[in-house]
Amino acid sequence: MPSNKSVSDAPITQFVNCRILKDHRLQREDLWVREGRILDPEKLFFDEKGSADYRVDCADRIIAPGFIDVQINGGYGIDFSQASSNIRGGVALVAKKILEHGVTSFCPTLVTSPPAIYHQVIPEIEVHKGGPEGAAVIGLHLEGPFISLEKRGAHPHQFIRTFSKGGVSDLIETYGQLENVAMVTLAPELDNSRPAIQELTKRGIAVSVGHSMADLSQAEEAVHNGASFITHLFNAMLPFHHRDPGIVGLLTSDCLPAGRSVFYGMIADGIHTHPAALRIAYRAHPTGVVLVTDAVPSMGLPAGHHTLGQQEIHIQGLHAYVAGTTTLSGSIATMNMCVKHFKQATGCSTEAALEAASLHPAQLLGLSDRKGTLNYGSDADFVVLDDSLSVRETYIAGQQVWKN
Amino acid sequence: MRLVILDDYDLASEWAAKYIRNRIIQFKPSADKYFTLGLPTGSTPLGCYRKLIEYHKNGDLSFKYVKTFNMDEYVGLPRDHPESYHSYMWENFFKHIDIQPQNAHILDGNAPDLQAECDAFERKITEAGGIELFVGGIGPDGHIAFNEPGSSLVSRTRVKTLAKDTILANARFFGNDLSKVPTMTLTVGVGTVMDAREVMILITGAHKAFALYKAIEEGVNHMWTVSAFQQHPHTIFVCDEDATLELRVKTVKYFKGLMHVHNQLVEPTHSIKDYKD
Repeated sequence: MPSNKSVSDAPITQFVNCRILKDHRLQREDLWVREGRILDPEKLFFDEKGSADYRVDCADRIIAPGFIDVQINGGYGIDFSQASSNIRGGVALVAKKILEHGVTSFCPTLVTSPPAIYHQVIPEIEVHKGGPEGAAVIGLHLEGPFISLEKRGAHPHQFIRTFSKGGVSDLIETYGQLENVAMVTLAPELDNSRPAIQELTKRGIAVSVGHSMADLSQAEEAVHNGASFITHLFNAMLPFHHRDPGIVGLLTSDCLPAGRSVFYGMIADGIHTHPAALRIAYRAHPTGVVLVTDAVPSMGLPAGHHTLGQQEIHIQGLHAYVAGTTTLSGSIATMNMCVKHFKQATGCSTEAALEAASLHPAQLLGLSDRKGTLNYGSDADFVVLDDSLSVRETYIAGQQVWKN
Repeated sequence: MRLVILDDYDLASEWAAKYIRNRIIQFKPSADKYFTLGLPTGSTPLGCYRKLIEYHKNGDLSFKYVKTFNMDEYVGLPRDHPESYHSYMWENFFKHIDIQPQNAHILDGNAPDLQAECDAFERKITEAGGIELFVGGIGPDGHIAFNEPGSSLVSRTRVKTLAKDTILANARFFGNDLSKVPTMTLTVGVGTVMDAREVMILITGAHKAFALYKAIEEGVNHMWTVSAFQQHPHTIFVCDEDATLELRVKTVKYFKGLMHVHNQLVEPTHSIKDYKD
């Protein structure tokens, strides 16, 4: 039946025979899409007297909002932190490949680098709508260089910086520009961090605490100044201690500004965080968990030996080792693997696992009015999953961009 | 009057749905000849709607050439409020079937000129050729649609203020907050329903038993507006055992004894598959 032309000429697609994630529940409802957005069929029926042009039978599968990865360093041999000869091409390649994992939006992440790299790379990675060419680029995640030397993890020590003058000047001097930046990870215990946190927050850039030696009160102060995220909880921070919980204590802090709670990234690849630790964090603060891949350039490469820049890597299953050693060299799990593992390790509901990869990152980035949900008016970025939560199809703006 | 008595709510709902199904299919509706159906809301018809949806999903029944006219709608309630009758009809019926949106008519309780809206509704019914079958329910106070006790038995579609009893009965849908319950509705009149070629009233549950007694065993009275249908040539009351609890044993025995005749109206149950040309 044709759509009514009074409001829009655009065709209407009705996805039937599916279970959709809506209002935190899987519901047996149809999903209606027009002009790249989720459509309210009741309004269509009564106000426009319209109906669907196309019907797609989803074979009783699950439809969830597209996954959002806020921490991914590269993949398929591409390293976002490298000033290669074709930065745009590299980002585009990763953006295209991660559609297979159900990721419809992501934040290309740059690790601690010298200003020259930032000045070259950042202008080349722009906010970009998603589509058949690849997932949307929400903005950059700059993880460093204003981090703690002791908690740098794999970040190169020589490029770590402090806030000498504080505020905008340090940020601009280092990064060159702040356009197209969605998130910055920093260590709040660094002197003069407050003006930087406040400046970033004022510009709508999410501030995350991570790679830090902060104690709980320093972390709470950062939140008061605008910080809203914890980068890969447990990793690169002081371990939880029962008399000073450190950054981990933010999950249950009662000293946060009223009405605000903190989100926390979790690498749920089964390797970087012990399942028991995952469960403790999840049970303490279930609405704050944000699944991230923190994927390194070797993600997506086949098993075996690879040379990436100056590194020799050996890939075996879900482990990427520094070749010839048992030292882990970053995470290579894909987002949909993380969703599955998270559900299995925590025993949470399907809805909670899916929201950890969609709704929560959208809320963190202040995008939940149009991403991360299947509410009427939201962007029609979604994934079709089977009951084992394997991705079968990926859609961006209502268009199928990948099919298994 | 036909008084069709089934053992329980589910059987009564199914009988009613089968009857509607047969009526539509045997009418052979087409683009030149729509089947016009009057529809109720409330908890009573839910089972009937569920069966009709089932018949549609099985491919036995289509609403493509059916025009519907709902009985009523609240005044001043936003159309997308979960308790509006628009929402009720969308959730419980329209979204599951193949009715064409322009053929589903419900009074607009937010129209700028309410009486003009009511008059327009009457005109739409006339233009559609009148109602072939009007399905309705009965309130505990014997009202049909929102024709509260004291409504004229020849009334037409108009604005009505709700009786206190009705507002109390509705409170449960508005979080038991009386201040949130609408106080006015637009409703078809008793006369509007009487104009239909056939009327089917669904009555289930012991709390409706007294109203049924007043409607069919006492006289025609504007205090029990459903009693007006005693003067309609083709009325069917479909009820469950509990709804007959206030009737005379004699009445119930008589009509139960006629069930084999009544069942000829629903058996065999027709399907559009039989009519594939």
